[in-house]
This record gives sequence, structure tokens and C-alpha cells, in this order.
Amino acid sequence: MNDVQSYLIIASILFSLGVFGVITKRNAIAILMGIELILNAANINFIAFNRFGGMERLDGHVFAIFIIVLAAAEAAVALAIIINLFRNIGTVNVDEAQELKG
Amino acid sequence: MDNIIFSAALLILFLPLVSFVMQLTIAKKLGDKADYLPLAIIGSTLVLSLYIFYHVIVLGHGHFHPINISAGWITTSALSVSLGIYVDSITSIMLCVVSLISFLVHLYSTEYMKGDKRYLRYFAFLGLFTFSMNGIVLADSLFMMYLFWELVGLSSFLLIGFWFEKDSAANASKKAFLTNRVGDIGMFIGMMILFFQTGTFHIQEIVGSVAGGAFNGSMNLLTCAGLLVFMGAVGKSAQFPLHIWLPDAMEGPTPVSALIHAATMVAAGVYMTVRIFPFLTLDALSVIALIGALTALMAAIIAITRNDIKAVLAYSTISQLGYMVMALGVGAYIGAFFHLVTHAMFKACLFLCSGSVIHAMHHSLHELHDHETDPQDMNNMGGLMNKMPITFYAMLIATLAISGVPLFSGFLSKDMILAGVLSYYWMYEGWTVIILLAGFGAAFITAFYMFRLIFMTFFGEPKNEKIYEHIHESPKPMTIPLIVLSVLSLGIVFTFNPNPLDAHGWFDHSLGKVEHVAGLDMYKYKDGFKKAHYPAMYASLIVAFLGIALSSLFYFFNKISVEKVTSIMKSMYLFNLSRYKFYIDAIYENILYKPFLWFCGVTSKLDWNLYDQTFIDSIGRRTLDLSDYSTKADYNWLDQKVVDGAYRLVEYFNGKLKYTQSGVIQNYLMAGVLGIVLIALLFQQI
Repeated sequence: MNDVQSYLIIASILFSLGVFGVITKRNAIAILMGIELILNAANINFIAFNRFGGMERLDGHVFAIFIIVLAAAEAAVALAIIINLFRNIGTVNVDEAQELKG
Repeated sequence: MDNIIFSAALLILFLPLVSFVMQLTIAKKLGDKADYLPLAIIGSTLVLSLYIFYHVIVLGHGHFHPINISAGWITTSALSVSLGIYVDSITSIMLCVVSLISFLVHLYSTEYMKGDKRYLRYFAFLGLFTFSMNGIVLADSLFMMYLFWELVGLSSFLLIGFWFEKDSAANASKKAFLTNRVGDIGMFIGMMILFFQTGTFHIQEIVGSVAGGAFNGSMNLLTCAGLLVFMGAVGKSAQFPLHIWLPDAMEGPTPVSALIHAATMVAAGVYMTVRIFPFLTLDALSVIALIGALTALMAAIIAITRNDIKAVLAYSTISQLGYMVMALGVGAYIGAFFHLVTHAMFKACLFLCSGSVIHAMHHSLHELHDHETDPQDMNNMGGLMNKMPITFYAMLIATLAISGVPLFSGFLSKDMILAGVLSYYWMYEGWTVIILLAGFGAAFITAFYMFRLIFMTFFGEPKNEKIYEHIHESPKPMTIPLIVLSVLSLGIVFTFNPNPLDAHGWFDHSLGKVEHVAGLDMYKYKDGFKKAHYPAMYASLIVAFLGIALSSLFYFFNKISVEKVTSIMKSMYLFNLSRYKFYIDAIYENILYKPFLWFCGVTSKLDWNLYDQTFIDSIGRRTLDLSDYSTKADYNWLDQKVVDGAYRLVEYFNGKLKYTQSGVIQNYLMAGVLGIVLIALLFQQI
């Protein structure tokens, strides 16, 4: 595990799983989980490039921490939206949320 | 000092305008007291006028240096017009006359016009008139004078047509306005000739540059210019042949007749001629003298056969204005202005007296519920002396003044004019005898018809007992102006001279000398004037007393039967000449109005049949056809093909593309991911 490829492969698997989740799931919470996977795939990339890219400072780490914080905030906001969605239409199925459809 | 007089003059000019605006805007809120406002304002202009009079005449001793302050108004490279105020002794006297009579007429009107439904508007118009009249008096240039000249015409129009529900009043106001326009066009052209020759509108500067030779070698042009400017005076001062509007103007309220059509506005023409007198050439002056003489004599003859009390006074006004114009023509410059002032006093008095009589008659008829009898017809009056003593004595004094009886003001001024006429005759002889005869003849006839008026109105048996019983003297606001004006008709007011036959006094003294710059030798003229003084006076005394005596034989002692003389005169066609006003109205009717209307009819037919029906309508039909065709082209081709085609194209693509917009976010995301993959693959290929 001392080369950058293995990390990138793991990250892209994670990313693909995330995208797959986002695209195929109808449940809003499952979509949110897919987004978390995509963000974490990006985190792994940052860390991997920081380590194997010959950098002396901790730029990648800082970025990863930022993204984690960002993901937490995003999850909080998204969950609040989903709760409101549930209150309004009684389900978290995104196909049902189509009042704005022209 | 000059500045104080200048500000006083400005106040005199603009205060009546304030009165006008206030009457139209806030006066309604004042209710019953609304008429105090114009009275107070005009009263204060009277006080200011007397103040200027005191400084200019009493302190000036005839050596007052004229004040002239002006400011640029329109300034371009080709033209510069300034507005300014010019105060000399003539201005100050004229201001007093205008303010005084305006004030008295305002006071009189509060009673005379009481209960009129347009009471406030009446005072507003009086204010506008006073403003414009003061503007003429104070103007230093012909241009400014012309502006106010037109404003005066407007206010005269508004006041003649004040009771515009009556057709006669509406027509009279139109007639006055249009007749005045004829004169004003001449005045404007004359003004422009003077401007192009001298480069200025300022009267004193024009006089200066004429003296400096601006018209050298083109004296005929100066004659033309002078006569054209004088045409304005012919219109405004109702001189032959434009006099026809003034008798009709009596349709206005009587106080208005007194103020505008007797004392001030009609005198504006004379005032203007007094101002331009220094540069009127000898030829122009002879024409002016002839016009004045003709007017004086003709109007006097017409006045003999009038039965309407106001019509007599109207023609007498024309006749007296003719006198003033004649005086200017013969060079009796001071006499003309003197007569203007004395005439303003006694004629305003006469008109206000006639108003008082008409007012009383009107009320009497009203009480009798008689709406048929004419309250202005002297045939319905008679014996009013006992019922209306104040009116009678005031009118008697004014009549003595206009007839030229010693001790009264008219005698002094008329005497000056007649002396001027006589010396003019001595100087030139020949045809000028016409002017001499007209001058004395008019004096004779004036005395005759004025006493006819007095005898028919106030003496003898009442013509109608019922009306007579209900006649009452007018209330105080109407009699006070009569008393004031009759006192001012006494000769002593204008001379302060114990000798009643001598016209020399403060008036004569304060006017000073006039420099005539266009050829009249004033020194030679003065000599002739001195010689002519006494012969003219005796002659005028004789004709005045002859006139009064003849009148009393006719109408007081009834020694001569009016009917008999009328029938004799009728057989000689003389009576009808006077009765039908020398047929001048009929002549205008036949040579001006009727051909004009015929021409209008012809052109209107031409316009309708030829131009409208044939030409314009054919264009219309072509246009209609063209529009039909273009409508079809528009619908079939543009609408159906181009516009609808564009719509169908859009609709087609819409049908195809709408499936891509599923509304499901995952689909879009899928497309996005596929797109990224595609881009990645593409970049790898490169």
C-alpha cells in the first residue's frame, strides 16, 4: 500500500458507489448517503496526493478536515430539508416532490 | 429720490395686477367683504400716484428731470428690447387721472354691480385694466407700450362683453376687439419702421435720433411711420374711420364705460400721440388734424339725434377725442393733453351720472315689474331734477364743463385747443379752414346736444308718472364719486388762478416746453398761439352760449317745435344722416362684411365641392383600395406563412424535446455523469 494508485482506485470505487447511490435511490436519505460517499472519495484523494505528491505542508489534511466540516453542515441542512419535505408530503421519496414541475 | 419714485411707480404698475390675481383666487373666501380688497389696493395706487405727483409737479416747478430706469428684456445680436419706466410730468399727471378715476369707479361699482353673479370677476377685470393702463402710461418704449396696449384691448374686450349672455354685448366686444386690431397692425408696422431706421424702440431715443438725422432724405418714410403709429391711436381713441366700435362698447356696465370708454383707455391713443408728437412731420400732423376735425364734427352731429342717454355720451366722447387729436395735429400739444385730463374728469362724471340715472330707472322699472321699457331711453325720463338732486348738480357741472362755459375746466382746455386751431389757420390758411370750422362747429353742437340731454333728463314734466314716482337718489358709494369728479371739473382746480378766463396755471407751467424735431417751428407757433388766444376765446364763448340758447329754445322753453325742425331736416336728408350715423356702419356692412361673407361663401363652396369632394376624397378612395390590398397581403402571406410557419417550427421542436425534461433529478445527474465520462474519454483520445 505504498503507491498512490491503490488509494486512487479505492477512492474511485467509493466515488462510483456514491454516484450510483445518488442516481438510483429514490429515498432522499439514501441520496444524502451517496453524497457523503462522494465527498469521502474526494477526501481520500486529497490525503493520498498530500502524502505521495511530495508536499511538505499539510494542505491536503486541512482540506480534508474542511470537507468533513462542510459535509456535517451539509448533512444538517439537508436533513432539515428532508424533514420538512416529509412534513409536507408525508414521504421522503424524491419522485413524489414534484409540485414545482411545470 | 429717483429710486423712491421708481419703486412707487413699480408699485403703481403691479398692485392692480395683484388685485386681479387675488380677486380670481382668494377673494371668494372673503365673502361679503371681497370688494374691500380691490378698493384698498387701487386706493393705495392713488396715494402713490399723488405722492409722485407731489414730487414731480409740486416740488418740480416745471423743471423736473425725467426719471428713466429700464432693464434689458430680449437681447440678441440683431435686436435688443428693454422694458422700462419713464416718469415725467405728463406721466405723473396721467397716473393720477388713471388711479383716481379707477378708484372712484371701483367705489361706484360696489353699489352699481351689487348682486351681479360675476361680481368678483368684474373687479378682477377692472384690476387687469388698471394694470395695463398704468403700463401704457409708464412705458418708456413703443414696444412696452404696445404690449400693454394689447392688454388694455383685452381687458376692454372682457368688460364690454361682461354680460355675454346678451348677444348685443358679445357682438360689441368682438367688434371692439377686431376694430382695434386694424389700428394695432398699423401701429406695429410703424413701430418696426422706426426701429429699423433708428435701431431702438425707446421713445426718447427715437426723438433723439430723428433730431440727429436718422430720417434725413427720407422724410416721407418718417411721415408714413408716424401716421402708421398714429393708426393705433385711431383705433384705440375711436377716430374716424375706426370709431364704430365705441358706441357699441356701451353694452358694457356703465362704470366700465366711464373708466375705459370715456376717461382712460380711449385717451391712451391721445396719450401715445402726445408721446410721439415730437417726431411727427408736418404732413403727418395735417392728416392727424384733419382726421381729428372730421371725427369731432361728425360725432357731434350724430350725437344730436341719439335718444339713448349713454349713446349721446359715447358720441360726445368720440367728438371730444377728435378734439384732442385735432389739437395734436395743429400743434397744440399742451392743449391736447390738458383736454385729455379735463375731459377724463368731466366725462367720467357724466358717465357715472348717467349710470346713476340708469340705476334709478332700472330699480323703478323693476319695482313696477316692467321689463319692456328701456331704462336708458331719455324719452322715458324727464323731471328727475327733484328726485335726484346730487346726480343732477354733478351732471350739470360736468355738462357746463364739456360745453366750454367759463369757470369750468372744459372751457380752459377747449379754449387752448381752439386758439391752436385758429393760429394754425392763420399760419397755413387755404384748406385748413375746414379744421377751423370743424373746431368751432363741434363746440357749438356739443353745447347743444349736451344741454338737450340735461333738459330731456332732468327738466320738464316727467314723461311717465309711474316710473317717476319710484325714482330715488342713488346711495352714497355712487354719489361720492360724482361729487369728487364734479369738483374736479371746476376750472380753478387746474389753474389756481383767480382769472377764470386765463388758462395759465400749474398745469400749463409744469408740462414745460416740447422740442419738436420733425419740422414744426414751435417758437413761431407759440407767437401765433398768443395772438389767437383772445379771439379764439371770444368765438368759443359765443358758440357755446349759442348752442346752449338754441338747446333751451328747443327743449326747455319749447319755443321751437322739435317735430317741425325734424321734418324740415328730413326733407333735406340731413336728419337721416345724423340718425343713421352717416351710414358708416351701413357702408362697412356693404363694402366690407357682405363682400367678405360672399367671398367666404364662394371659397367655402370651392373648398367643399372641389377640394374636399374631388381631391381629398379621391385620395381617400385610393388609400382605401391600397389598404384593402395590403390587408390581404398581410393576412395571406405574412400572417399565414411567415408568422404561422415560425410558430409551427417551434411547436415541432417542442414536441420532440419535451421528453428530455423529465423532472427527475436523477436523470439529470445521470446525464451529467455520462457527460463527464464522455469528456474524460475524449481528452484521453487527445
